[in-house]
Amino acid sequence: MIELRSVTHAYGDRPVLHDLSLRLAERRIAILGGNGSGKSTLARLLNGLIVPAAGTVTVDGLDTRSDGRAVRQRVGFVFQNPDTQIVYPTVEEDLAFGLKARKLPKDEIARRVAGALERYNLDRYRHQPAHQMSGGEKQLLAIAGVLVLEPAYVIFDEPTTLLDLRNRRKVIDLLCGLPQTVIVVTHDLDMVKDFDRALVLEDGRIVADGPPAETVPAYIERLG
Amino acid sequence: MLSTRDLVLCALFAALLGGLGMAPPIPLGFLPVPVTAQTLGVMLAGTILGAKRGSIAASLFVLLVAAGLPLLAGGRGGIGVLMGPTGGFVLSWPVGAFVTGWLAERFATTANPIRLFAVSVLGGILVVYAGGIPWLWLVAGLPIDKAVFGSLAFVPGDLIKAGIAAVAASGVRRAGILPIHA
Amino acid sequence: MLGLYLHRESVVHRLPAGAKLGGLLLVTVLVLALPGGWGALAAGLIGAAVLVAARLPARRVLAELRAPVLMLALLFGFQALLAGGGWEETAVAVARFAALILLATLVTLTTRVMDMVDLFEQLFGRLRPVGVNPAKMALMLALTIRFIPLLGEQVREVRMAQRARGVERNIAALFVPLLVKILTMADDLTAALEARGYDPVDAGTNDSKTKNSTQR
Repeated sequence: MIELRSVTHAYGDRPVLHDLSLRLAERRIAILGGNGSGKSTLARLLNGLIVPAAGTVTVDGLDTRSDGRAVRQRVGFVFQNPDTQIVYPTVEEDLAFGLKARKLPKDEIARRVAGALERYNLDRYRHQPAHQMSGGEKQLLAIAGVLVLEPAYVIFDEPTTLLDLRNRRKVIDLLCGLPQTVIVVTHDLDMVKDFDRALVLEDGRIVADGPPAETVPAYIERLG
Repeated sequence: MLSTRDLVLCALFAALLGGLGMAPPIPLGFLPVPVTAQTLGVMLAGTILGAKRGSIAASLFVLLVAAGLPLLAGGRGGIGVLMGPTGGFVLSWPVGAFVTGWLAERFATTANPIRLFAVSVLGGILVVYAGGIPWLWLVAGLPIDKAVFGSLAFVPGDLIKAGIAAVAASGVRRAGILPIHA
Repeated sequence: MLGLYLHRESVVHRLPAGAKLGGLLLVTVLVLALPGGWGALAAGLIGAAVLVAARLPARRVLAELRAPVLMLALLFGFQALLAGGGWEETAVAVARFAALILLATLVTLTTRVMDMVDLFEQLFGRLRPVGVNPAKMALMLALTIRFIPLLGEQVREVRMAQRARGVERNIAALFVPLLVKILTMADDLTAALEARGYDPVDAGTNDSKTKNSTQR
C-alpha cells in the first residue's frame, strides 16, 4: 500500500499540492486532472523521484525520504515520452540497464532480458537501434524496461498521450493485463472506465474520489 | 563528482555536436575542409555547461569519432581523420570548450551577449586554432605563418558562429534555465 | 549506429581492438623516427598487406584517403613552390602521412564501434586513480550514441525552420528552442534514469567489465 500523510509540495513559491492524505491500495487507480493540477507531481512523489516539502509518503511502510532506493525498487515509473526513457542505443542493452544498475548477477540479467524480449514481442528488434522503432514500439520498450525490474507497483504518467489509436490500444491492453498494482495519471477517460478507483485533482487538491463511474462524470462536469 | 543530471547533460551536448555535424556543411571551395556548425556546439557546451561538463561533452564526442562513428562534417570519422592534417582542430575541441566554460564561469555569468561572444571567440576560436595550426605545421610541415594565413579564411565563418552561440546562450540564460553554476 | 566499420571475414577483423590500436601507435612512432622515405615505404607496405589480409575493397579505402591526401599534397606543393624546395622531399613527406592515415583508416574500417568503445572503457579503468570513473564514462558514451540520431533530427528541424523563415531572420533565435528542448530532455532523462534505479554514487563500484558488449 502507498500512503500519503499531509503531503504538501511547492516548486519555489508556487504551491502544487495542498495537505494531501491518501491511502492507495486498489489494484487499478487513475489520477485525473487538467494541466497544472499537480497530478504529475503527485505521481513523482509516489516513487520518491520527488520528496514532499512537508508530510510523508510511504510505500509498504518504507519512507520515500529515507528509503528512496528501496522504494524505487518496489515502484516502477513509466513516463509520457519514450524517447527520453530509452537510454541505451539498442533494445537489448536498454532492457538490461535497470537490471545492471541493481547489480543483479549476469545470468539473471540475461534470463530476464530474454523473457522480456519474448513477452513484449521485442525479440526481432533485439540488436536494433531504438531510434529506428516507431513511437508505439518505443513506448512498449520503455514499459518493458520498467517491467523487467519486476516492481510491485507501476506508475504511468500519461503513457498514451503521444501515441496513435492502435498503439494506444496496445499499451492499454498491456497495462490492464498487468498483475501489479497500477496507478495511471491520464487524460484518457476511456482507459480508466474499468478501473477500481479514480481520483480527480484540481489546483493541488482532491476534488473527487471513488469508482470511475462516479468520478469521471464529475471530472467532465468540472471541465465544462 | 558528476551527478546523474551532469552525466545526462554531457551526453546530450556531445550528441548535439554529432547532430550539428549531420547538417549539410557549407563548402568554402578552396580547401577540402567544409565549414560546419560543429564549433558552434563547442562554444555552446562551454557557455551553457561550464568548463568541466563542457569539456567532458566535447571529449565524449572526440572519443566516438576515434571509435569510428562518422560524426564529423561530411560523414567523416575514425582515427585517420584525427591523425590527418586537420585533426588538431578537432582534438582541440575539449580544450576549447573547457576554456570557453572557464571564462564564462568568471566573466560571462549573465545574459550579456557581448561577454558571451567574447568568451566564445577566445575559447571556441582562439584556443581551437592554437591547437589546430601547430598540428598543421607538425603533420603537414606547413610553416606556422602559412598555416596561420591559411586558417584565416575560416575566421569570418567562426566569428558568425560565435555570434550565434552568444545570442543563443544569452537566450537560454534569459529563459532562466540552468544557470552556469547549477 | 553502424559507424565506418566494414564487415569482412578476416584475421584483421578478428584481432582485438587493443592490438590494432597498439600496433598503429607503434608503427606511427617508427615512421616518425625513421628518416626519409623508409618509414613511409615500410608503413605503406604494412598498410597494403593489412588491406589485402582484411579483404577490404581498395577503392573504398582509397576514397577515405582522398580528402586528407589531397589536402596534404596541396599544402606541400604550396610549400615547395614558395620555398623552392625539391619535389622529392615533398613527395616523401606526403607519403609518410598518407601511409599513416591509411593504417589508421584500416583500423577504423576493421573494428566495430562498440569494440572500440569497450577498449576505451578498459583504458578508463586504468585512469581510475586520477579520478576517472569508467562506469560513468561508459554510461555517457552509450547515452551519446543513443541521442545522436535524435539530436540530428532536431538540428535538421532548426535548419528547415531557418529555410522556411528566410535567412534574414535571426538564426540564433532558432537555436534557443533547441537548447531549451535539450535542457528539458535532460530533466526527463535524469528522472527516467533514477526511476530505473540508477544511482551515481554506487556506479563507480561496479566493474565496467560486467557490461555485455552487443555485436553490431
